[in-house]
Amino acid sequence: MSQAPSPFVRAALDAATAVPASGIAWLDAARRENLASLAETGLPESRNEAWKYTPLRALSQRVFSLADAGVANGLAVDPALYALPGVDGSRIVFVDGVFRADLSSFEGGDGVSLAPLGAALAAQPEPLRFALANRYRRGAADAFAHLNAALAVDGLVLHIADNTDVARPVHVVHVSSGSQADTAWHVRVLIDVGQGARVDVLEHFVSLADATQLGTVVADVVVREGATLGLVVLQDASASTTLVRRTHVRVEANAAATVHALELGGALVRHELTTELVGDGARFDSRGVFALSGRQHVDTQLEVRHNARDTASDALWRGIADGRSRGVFRGAIVVAQGADGSDASLSNKNLLLSAQAEIDTKPELEIYADEVKAAHGATIGQLDERSLFYLRSRGIPLAQARSLLTLAFCRAALESLPNEALREHLGDLLVAHLPTGPSDPLAQ
Amino acid sequence: MHMLTIDNLHARVEGKEILKGLSLAVKPGEVHAIMGPNGAGKSTLANVLSGRDGYEVTSGSVMFDGRDLLTLEPEERAAVGMFLAFQYPVEIPGVNNTYFLRAALNAQRKFRGEEELDSMRFLKLVREKLKVMQISDDLLHRAVNEGFSGGEKKRNEIFQMAVLEPKLAILDETDSGLDIDALKQVAEGVNALRSPDRSFLIVTHYQRLLDYIEPDFVHVLAGGRIVESGDKSLALKLEEQGYAWLADTHPELRKADLAGAPA
Repeated sequence: MSQAPSPFVRAALDAATAVPASGIAWLDAARRENLASLAETGLPESRNEAWKYTPLRALSQRVFSLADAGVANGLAVDPALYALPGVDGSRIVFVDGVFRADLSSFEGGDGVSLAPLGAALAAQPEPLRFALANRYRRGAADAFAHLNAALAVDGLVLHIADNTDVARPVHVVHVSSGSQADTAWHVRVLIDVGQGARVDVLEHFVSLADATQLGTVVADVVVREGATLGLVVLQDASASTTLVRRTHVRVEANAAATVHALELGGALVRHELTTELVGDGARFDSRGVFALSGRQHVDTQLEVRHNARDTASDALWRGIADGRSRGVFRGAIVVAQGADGSDASLSNKNLLLSAQAEIDTKPELEIYADEVKAAHGATIGQLDERSLFYLRSRGIPLAQARSLLTLAFCRAALESLPNEALREHLGDLLVAHLPTGPSDPLAQ
Repeated sequence: MHMLTIDNLHARVEGKEILKGLSLAVKPGEVHAIMGPNGAGKSTLANVLSGRDGYEVTSGSVMFDGRDLLTLEPEERAAVGMFLAFQYPVEIPGVNNTYFLRAALNAQRKFRGEEELDSMRFLKLVREKLKVMQISDDLLHRAVNEGFSGGEKKRNEIFQMAVLEPKLAILDETDSGLDIDALKQVAEGVNALRSPDRSFLIVTHYQRLLDYIEPDFVHVLAGGRIVESGDKSLALKLEEQGYAWLADTHPELRKADLAGAPA
């Protein structure tokens, strides 16, 4: 690229000088290489189709320094900030991207290995080499992937041994402190669910206070043959937070991965969730809700690749936008040549609660195989006036009626979450985020 | 003392005047039937009284229990004791019937400054009312009206009425689309709810509902006004003779106003 790097990129290059060398030659080389790629490519522009509805011009002018690890280590964090009903297993907490041992608790247990990335690298770097050194070579990723690869010094490595059934969900918490304005943090996540194993993971984004911070998370997840992963994403960051996350899930033969996502917070949020069904009989179910207000901009990019026979995917996403917010959803299904017998469906329905809100939804279907069942659909609508009047005619005030119908609209996306206590809590959180949230409409 | 006093009510829908000076007074405990040909303004009356959007009152007044009804929001009208049984009850997927009803009752109680019912006390109330209406438990656990048969929807309306205990219930063409058994069940429910301080306004095109719910007064609504009032024998006369004879005593009514005689 001929033009000068944007302030955003220049700040990232500056920040990199503060990243201590890992002492692992291939890792330091990979970081340097990613940094060079970042400088070369710059932030995606809106003529880039993948970023068409999420313009980054304003972000490219902003300057984020690296969040200070000393400050992040010293911050008092009340565990009540991230305590969730039904989530009582191992917990790993990052504050501004820094692993906090004092807030984390690892349940040993046979077959479960959970460690911060730094410790995992110190102990045995070689098994991590493929993920950290090879994945983001030049041209294979965009600026945020390069940024994360260059600057993420911390993260987590979760490994579930073959045939291990992890009874209690693993809680991964990303805290934005809000006390370091105009700083960025980066976390790298590696999850490997061994053959025939089963685990639930809850990825949780919260903020201690509100400040303009940028967080990036790049997660690589492998669900090996016959394994089962249940991933819940709860994004409840503060109103000024920018979050860019990439999750890559690889599902092997006869394995199943399920994602339930609830996107509530943030100023500018992007989540790219790409799943590859690489083994015969692999399955991926995704359910998600985004509920936006104010000037929030939240973009979900879902991509499901059927690369093997008799694979199945089902996606059901709901979006709500109020105020002047903007929701973006892209749902792509790609059925590769030879992936015969695949069964894919995708539904994205959206509700606009105000005349100034906007939702852009784009279902995509690419099929190169035979004997495929595929269905997809997307809608954007408003609350049904007849239903509103019916509720009001029975005495339910307008605000509560709107909230009740909005929640009902989202229900289909949350009701399949098996963790009942967590499901109810997510429902409550959603209600609290609705423009006119009454008490417990999900009760009974 | 009248519970409901409608005085010289004019109302428009989409710029077209439908009610043209309608007056009606209802005392506590009375059952009034409003009959009339198609397009006379029967459903408009029900909708104006319940406060639906899109119905513009251009003049006249409606006093309900000492209040100016027309200044109240639909939910406030419900809270002060008005209930509309819909001609077409709305299906609301994702909202549980029992939850909906408790939210409605508690919203009304809160508005009136009464204590809200917890789920135990509410369920006790619901069980008592279930005995009145023949509603199966199963319907309570489903989403509001979702997948209900026509008869189930109408019974659910009356069941809601039983729980909410309004002072004035307006039944908008409740008999439409019901077979005779369903009609009887609905009528039984309504009759069980009759009391000295509860009034009913039964809007209907056909006389047959009045075989089962006996009205104190029958009014003919035509051309946007009440043009004839009488006792239940008036309904029988309409059944036999249709509406055309009204033109003799009401020369201002056009032929079109009297079209659509009852079957």
